[in-house]
Amino acid sequence: MSKHLVDIEHERLSFFTPAGEVKALDDVSFYVNEGEVLGVVGESGSGKSVTSYSLMGLIANPGKIIGGDLYFNGYHINEMSEKEMRKIRGNEVSIIFQDPMTSLNPVYTIGNQIMEVILLHTDKNKKEARERARELLTLVGINEPDKRLKQYPHELSGGMRQRVMIAMALACEPKLLIADEPTTALDVTIQAQIIELMIELKNKLGMAIIMITHDLGVVANICDRIAVMYAGKIIESGLTDEIFYNPKHEYTKGLLKSIPKMYEADYERLVPIEGTPVDMLNPPKGCPFASRCDSCMKICLREMPPVKDFSETHYSQCWLNELEEDNNTEGESVCLKK
Amino acid sequence: MSEKIIRVEHLQQFFPVGGFGKNKKYVRAVDDVSFHIEKGETLGLVGESGCGKTTTGRSLLRLYEPTDGRIIYKDQVLFDSGKVPLVDENGNDIIENGVPKLGKKTAVNMYPYRKKLQIVFQDPYASLDPRMTVGDIIGEAIDINKIAASKQDRHDKIIEVLKTVGLNSEHANRYPHEFSGGQRQRVGIARALVVDPDFIVADEPVSALDVSIQAQVVNMFEDLQKERGLTYLFIAHDLSIVNHISNRIGVMYLGRMVELSESGEIIFRPLHPYTKSLISAIPVADPRVSRERSRIVLEGEVPSPLNPPSGCHFRTRCKYATEQCAMEVPKWREVEKGHFVACHNIERIN
Repeated sequence: MSKHLVDIEHERLSFFTPAGEVKALDDVSFYVNEGEVLGVVGESGSGKSVTSYSLMGLIANPGKIIGGDLYFNGYHINEMSEKEMRKIRGNEVSIIFQDPMTSLNPVYTIGNQIMEVILLHTDKNKKEARERARELLTLVGINEPDKRLKQYPHELSGGMRQRVMIAMALACEPKLLIADEPTTALDVTIQAQIIELMIELKNKLGMAIIMITHDLGVVANICDRIAVMYAGKIIESGLTDEIFYNPKHEYTKGLLKSIPKMYEADYERLVPIEGTPVDMLNPPKGCPFASRCDSCMKICLREMPPVKDFSETHYSQCWLNELEEDNNTEGESVCLKK
Repeated sequence: MSEKIIRVEHLQQFFPVGGFGKNKKYVRAVDDVSFHIEKGETLGLVGESGCGKTTTGRSLLRLYEPTDGRIIYKDQVLFDSGKVPLVDENGNDIIENGVPKLGKKTAVNMYPYRKKLQIVFQDPYASLDPRMTVGDIIGEAIDINKIAASKQDRHDKIIEVLKTVGLNSEHANRYPHEFSGGQRQRVGIARALVVDPDFIVADEPVSALDVSIQAQVVNMFEDLQKERGLTYLFIAHDLSIVNHISNRIGVMYLGRMVELSESGEIIFRPLHPYTKSLISAIPVADPRVSRERSRIVLEGEVPSPLNPPSGCHFRTRCKYATEQCAMEVPKWREVEKGHFVACHNIERIN
């Protein structure tokens, strides 16, 4: 068996809505090594949050995992009961949500909420738990921890609340931390503080992080590897440098071109990806990106491209990469847009 | 010489937040902000949430009644509280016989100017009436300003403007919920454009959109500017987008403008310590660059605007702060041609 901390193999997950089945995840596979930061990028609705929620067993009705296997640290997640799941959730794997304003309970003090995690997962008594909570607040850079422990969430600023969320997530020194857009709701200067904090804590505690975000800047800053998602599929994955400097999927290329570069002296017009994301209720046959792709070919509309490896870490799913080498599919490679 | 289409002088916007009589408290949302915008240019306004950038945009259109200051559109004074000094060509206060010469109290009826000065709001989900069709939303602007000669003309105008923003005629009969975020923002832009304005305040028009859609909307803003010679005040917290679209950028902190210059200057040679840290805090979407560059991570958080620090508002987070910073409000001065800064210690820092 591999030594990956997380192994997700061919996961399929659907939401059974009154309007029909939404295939939120369609054959998603990825892994996370110990102590590694994996960035998951994609547009809203591409399935990036769902992927990691399912890893924590947080998928509620009408969502259902309908195929594949999820392994985390030796546990077979999708075969565990809710009771077993509760033991590792918040203990070995924990999560920071996007919006620190709504994910803290407004009627309990900060101290209460951090201590709850500690009391639940360790055999510390209340006094020890309070001590640990104090320690954690200091760790995440909150001053006057004793005062803060007695405060309620509304008394803290956004950045401060996000620090509390991180403190809670780290309470049991998890092996894996899932960060779901941890900085999106924050201002840039506060965002920089939080990112700095996360890097520092990662180095100190050696945990792995799955960083879910749509901000390519954040990804470039802290991730070792990146998985790019589009319409419920991972269409490309590789080391950060491979994705940024040698993208192999048209969507990734488009994404990189559509963001303005800060340090470019000359003005360069942005190249947007035309069109809108696919309707997940009626996903198209073939490659989901075909309708927005400038190099869309006949075959793209009919069949999902196979996975092609470029290096040990870098793979992508795009017909363009296949046809460069394979000339037998002539006629299929006619570009429909030109 | 280019024409100054909008001039804002000593603009102040306070909001009451409780208390009575002498104890009445105010949030100084915008505090003595001055700038001008030239015809055909884009002025970007950046800053963290709560710094007053949106309020500046709204006050300048008189969607709020300014507390103090002067707003001039072309040569027409739209608002003058009569309490702030007149300003000459170069942006200096006019002093006569040792006392500042004040303007005359004015507050014109904005109705005729609404056609010329328009706004696009941040949230395309909240700024369109869900019970009106897109055609009616745009048509309402036409009706209010009485710019259509006939029903047919009204219809044609709606269709034409929808095409301008990349939608088609069939969209006029649909409701906002049938559109995606990017399309809704196009409707918001169409509504602003249909009255044929000179000047548009774009209040975070892309921050609610996905990255791939942002570029579409930004490009559209640029195309429209070229075709119609529009002037923008482009408000956003995303400096890389603002830098891309703007000719000049103003940086705000806690209600005050701290720096204003050409966009290249702001990005490559920022002078104010706040601008410096703001720029270095932005994550660059380039792994090599981000590995190499050192970041100035600001300590602490933005103080409450209810109770801002005395003197320079930034001093509590500034590593260069001196006693003078606590005593005096730094003057808004032009340190180089077209480069304005409000900081006591510019010379020492740079």
